[in-house]
Amino acid sequence: MANAKELRKQIGSIKNTQKITSAMEMVAASKMRKAQERMAKGRPYSDHIRSVIGHVANASPEYHHQFMVEREVKRVGFIVITTDKGLCGGLNVNLLKKVVGDIKTWSEQDIEYDLCLIGNKGAQFFRSYGGNVVAASSHVSESPQVSDLIGSIKVMLDAFEEGKVDKIYLANNVFVNTMTQTPTIRQLVPLDAEEDEGMKHRWDYIYEPDARQLIEGLVTRFIESQVYQGVVENVACEQAAKMIAMKSATDNAGDLIDELQLIMNNARQAAITQELSEIVSGAAAV
Amino acid sequence: MASTVFCSIVSAEQEIFAGQVEMVVASGTIGELGILPGHTPLLSGVKPGPVRLILEGGEEEIFYASGGFIEVQPTSITILADTAMRADDLDEAAALEAKKKAELELSDQRSDIDFARVAADLQEQAAMLRTIQKVRNKKH
Repeated sequence: MANAKELRKQIGSIKNTQKITSAMEMVAASKMRKAQERMAKGRPYSDHIRSVIGHVANASPEYHHQFMVEREVKRVGFIVITTDKGLCGGLNVNLLKKVVGDIKTWSEQDIEYDLCLIGNKGAQFFRSYGGNVVAASSHVSESPQVSDLIGSIKVMLDAFEEGKVDKIYLANNVFVNTMTQTPTIRQLVPLDAEEDEGMKHRWDYIYEPDARQLIEGLVTRFIESQVYQGVVENVACEQAAKMIAMKSATDNAGDLIDELQLIMNNARQAAITQELSEIVSGAAAV
Repeated sequence: MASTVFCSIVSAEQEIFAGQVEMVVASGTIGELGILPGHTPLLSGVKPGPVRLILEGGEEEIFYASGGFIEVQPTSITILADTAMRADDLDEAAALEAKKKAELELSDQRSDIDFARVAADLQEQAAMLRTIQKVRNKKH
């Protein structure tokens, strides 16, 4: 049986780890609240602009923006938003698995891909997985600014304008609630038409003042808001996942301590019993 | 009862209004727009200025939008504002001061000011004041 001293040491070290994980849990919980607020505030705008864009893509406008034209797909681009730090359970893994799955389906059709990575974890993963990374940015703060993100996105959009990639997807985690985050991959450009039977007939907007100017402005705003929302949502997911991961780590540490405590008590009791029986048998021998 | 249309005003920060309205009056890029239910699809820019909603039953509510887009569908109206707020929340004193400051900067003939930015700023503050005026007129 293990000796009591060793066990005591082990319990001590697990207790220390438990302190750290429970502190991290509390930090994540408070950060999550803020991140969730930020996400909830931005959501209506990004949802509405997506539906407006969906309508625009359904219309038969007099001016066709480059981002509205479907082309034959020879190369696709992925913008993958991951977290900078780990210790957040399966959050990044689930997302990356999904992305890799998509990449494989494209590869089977002999279609290559480019990657634009936001967040450290994605960069680390694709460094070992391979793949053509055209842009990467990390250390996105918890309250990101659109201007911080637009640089790396621009590389992708420029590639689309030059005809190097024919489709761009945005991959990020979507916050459902604290327990569930769903990895999602959405098409960013060409603009995805909203499925709506009522919109099928030929129609067009009245544009004031000018279709080209309006649609250009709207599309820019759309892409900015989608990427911004993606990042903000990912931050909320990260904090939620981290909180859950740390909570279960704290609980596990507690279980482990209980188990070890039991073994230790057993060992101690056994030692006492042995000592007693040695004394008694020693006395009987005299 | 008058027919109504669903209208929502969202800014980058939050959803400000969502509900049934009888009419929307907004300042589009090339002039004032009054939109009734069943309007033909329309896409327009929005200038900084007041957005007036006639709610179901004729009650009126005024908002301030600092530019953005308006999308009109026969069954829904969406205003995507850069920033928007309830007109009652506007701070008149702050707007007046900011306007004065912008005017001062504009009249200052130094070359190191960003003319376009200050002009836009001035326009925005003036629009805010106009909105405040509108609210006041309504109350009296």
